[in-house]
Amino acid sequence: MNAASYAFAMLFYLAVLVMAAGLATRILTYWRTPAPLKIPTTPAPVTSAGVGFRMAREILLFESLFKSNLWIWGLGWVFHVALALVLARHLRYFTEPIWPWVTLLQPFGIYAGFAMVAGVLGLWARRIFVERIRYISTISDHLMLVLLVGIASSGLGMRFIAHTDVIGVKLFFLGLMRADLHPLPGDGLLYVHLALVAGLMIIFPFSKLLHAPGIFFSPTRNQADDPRERRHIAPWAEQLELRR
Amino acid sequence: MAVELKAPALREYPVVPALQSDAMKDVVSYVANEKIQEAIGFPGKLDEGWQERAISKMGDLLGKYRSLRVFMDACVHCGACTDKCHYFIGTQDPKNMPVARQDLMRSVYRRYFTTAGKLFPRLVGARDLTRGVLDDWFRYYHQCSECRRCSVFCPYGIDTAEITMAGREILDAVGYGQKYSNEIIGKVHRIGNNLGLPGPALRDTLLGLEEDVKDETGVDVRYPLDEKGADVLLVTPSADFFAEPHVDSLIGYGKVFHAAGISWTLSSYSSEAGNFGMFIGNYEQLRKIAMRIREAALELGVKRIVVGECGHAWRVAYSFWNTLVGIGAGGKDPFAIELQRQLDPRHKQPTHICELTWDLIERGALRFDKDANDHRTITFHDSCNVARGSRMGDAPGGQFEIPRNIIRAVANKFVEMSPEVTRERTFCCGGGGGLLTDELLDLRIKGALPRMESLKQVVDNHGVNFMATICAICKAQFTKVLPYYGFKMSMVGGVHQLVSTAIRLGDSH
Ligand code: SF4
Ligand code: SF4
Repeated sequence: MNAASYAFAMLFYLAVLVMAAGLATRILTYWRTPAPLKIPTTPAPVTSAGVGFRMAREILLFESLFKSNLWIWGLGWVFHVALALVLARHLRYFTEPIWPWVTLLQPFGIYAGFAMVAGVLGLWARRIFVERIRYISTISDHLMLVLLVGIASSGLGMRFIAHTDVIGVKLFFLGLMRADLHPLPGDGLLYVHLALVAGLMIIFPFSKLLHAPGIFFSPTRNQADDPRERRHIAPWAEQLELRR
Repeated sequence: MAVELKAPALREYPVVPALQSDAMKDVVSYVANEKIQEAIGFPGKLDEGWQERAISKMGDLLGKYRSLRVFMDACVHCGACTDKCHYFIGTQDPKNMPVARQDLMRSVYRRYFTTAGKLFPRLVGARDLTRGVLDDWFRYYHQCSECRRCSVFCPYGIDTAEITMAGREILDAVGYGQKYSNEIIGKVHRIGNNLGLPGPALRDTLLGLEEDVKDETGVDVRYPLDEKGADVLLVTPSADFFAEPHVDSLIGYGKVFHAAGISWTLSSYSSEAGNFGMFIGNYEQLRKIAMRIREAALELGVKRIVVGECGHAWRVAYSFWNTLVGIGAGGKDPFAIELQRQLDPRHKQPTHICELTWDLIERGALRFDKDANDHRTITFHDSCNVARGSRMGDAPGGQFEIPRNIIRAVANKFVEMSPEVTRERTFCCGGGGGLLTDELLDLRIKGALPRMESLKQVVDNHGVNFMATICAICKAQFTKVLPYYGFKMSMVGGVHQLVSTAIRLGDSH
């Protein structure tokens, strides 16, 4: 066990803790904040099953974005699907034995890495070259893309250029999960990759990555259109009724 | 002020315009004076300590409105909404891009309510709430008509209207309100309607209408006021009582009730369907104004509440009345039960006048001379609040079909505008959301650009000469801005104006 192994072990414990606690607090806040009025963007489903279907379309297909702008939709969708595949592929480093469906995804997961980079670069190009999007971009918007490109390309680098000791990596993470530390292979690219991933996890609950939990709480999407049939009232609004 | 207002040129191929920073910096709505502010319970003027009060109000709203809370965090600056706002398209001012409008507040939110913004303000675009920022809020939160078009296209459903409402709510709370909306709200409380039309004047107007209709048709159609025991209470925007072309729709409603044999009444106490409480985002005002309708309904003992042609009023009525004052079904609290006991559960409460008319048509209770509308080639402008904030009938999208069905039932020539700009994608008329005031005329003209472009297409290709709509603000706004684009102002009118032209009043001789 070298110092770097300890450092990364601590870093990942910290990252998981910050991300989990941060997200939990955020989600709890969203959950607790009432939506006092019915504001689904209509036409909207009139039943909760319909709402589930609408949300599923938003989350899996990015329906609204599709209506909006095919470029952003295409690039964004490719990026997210690729990310999902890549994440699924990475489960192999955390499971023993590896789940069969993860093995099945393995070849797709690898090439998804390229799609991910392509999607991010495309979005970045828009951020730089489309005047309107450049106008609204903050430094953090660009840094987020730096982070993603860094993570994806360091990962691809380890797969295609300078192979890392994946068995060692797996032992390290399985060890982390069981609080039984194993050394992390000493590999520069791997260090970069892991540091960036931990960084992303830490900023998750403090950044625009909150769009991920946020969408589930968006009242314009998650409310059923039934205000005449069901009385909808927030606790703080109910208090007003007591007054008169 | 002798600046000549001009309409922007219609574009043959609507491409996304280039940005022109600060293009609309000088188009600012009037600030409410102390009297107006205090009359509705807001501080009179911007005083020492406003900054703290604004931040604390913002914190208060973040705790009360999930929409605001989630929308402040969720935006990823993807830019999908940037070209969706009619005010951006017409003015090219980047701060009129929906996300930029949101960012006026988001930057402040980040500074005071997020870790990242407290630690690294420049990195995440966080700013202190300075007087300059507050002025920008006032400016650009009064260049948004709360039309929700942006919310259709945002991957997270972020509705800039919610942010604008919160912005106005904070401005009001620090004594920096808008004259137009707040003055009108004061009038509703004092007199009963937005126009400040007192009961006796209303009675005269209605008597005049009865005479006009008698002269024109030979039939005694009644326009009753404050008649206890009527079945239907009609609540309609007060513009219907005297403005052109609004009044023609009011005449139409009366004819429908007459032909169907439904007893109805207007109320002088509650002679306004509009509810500007929504525009300023103030729940208590929203509720107080809606309460007048509930009180009138209880007082008059009606069985059904019907709402006339008004966009935001219908959103408030359909989406909010049940919440605000228990007009609707399903409430189990004493407050709502009291009203449910009186209203007839076989009807949807409230009912839109178009729902009522279409239902009668479907049941064969109304007959029409469609040819009477043959001098018109009609198109339909979907009003934003009806399209994206409400429904009619049983199925989603009824708010689009029902008015069109009525038009097809009463007229022969109906043409649709491009599907890119109708139904849920409709463009606001440019005058909604508390912006229908003269000092914003420049904005209103420019904001109408996208609608004018699609209108021009059907005028050129199909000879359209009438644009029907079911909103008092749309009617007033178009009457004013159509001429700037070379159209006749008489081109715009209500759906019930068409009904009025074609309806057969059974007992006519
Ligand atoms: S609500 Fe309408 S007016 Fe306001 S920003 Fe969105 S599109 Fe523009
Ligand atoms: S579409 Fe939604 S997420 Fe994208 S920039 Fe606009 S408000 Fe933000």
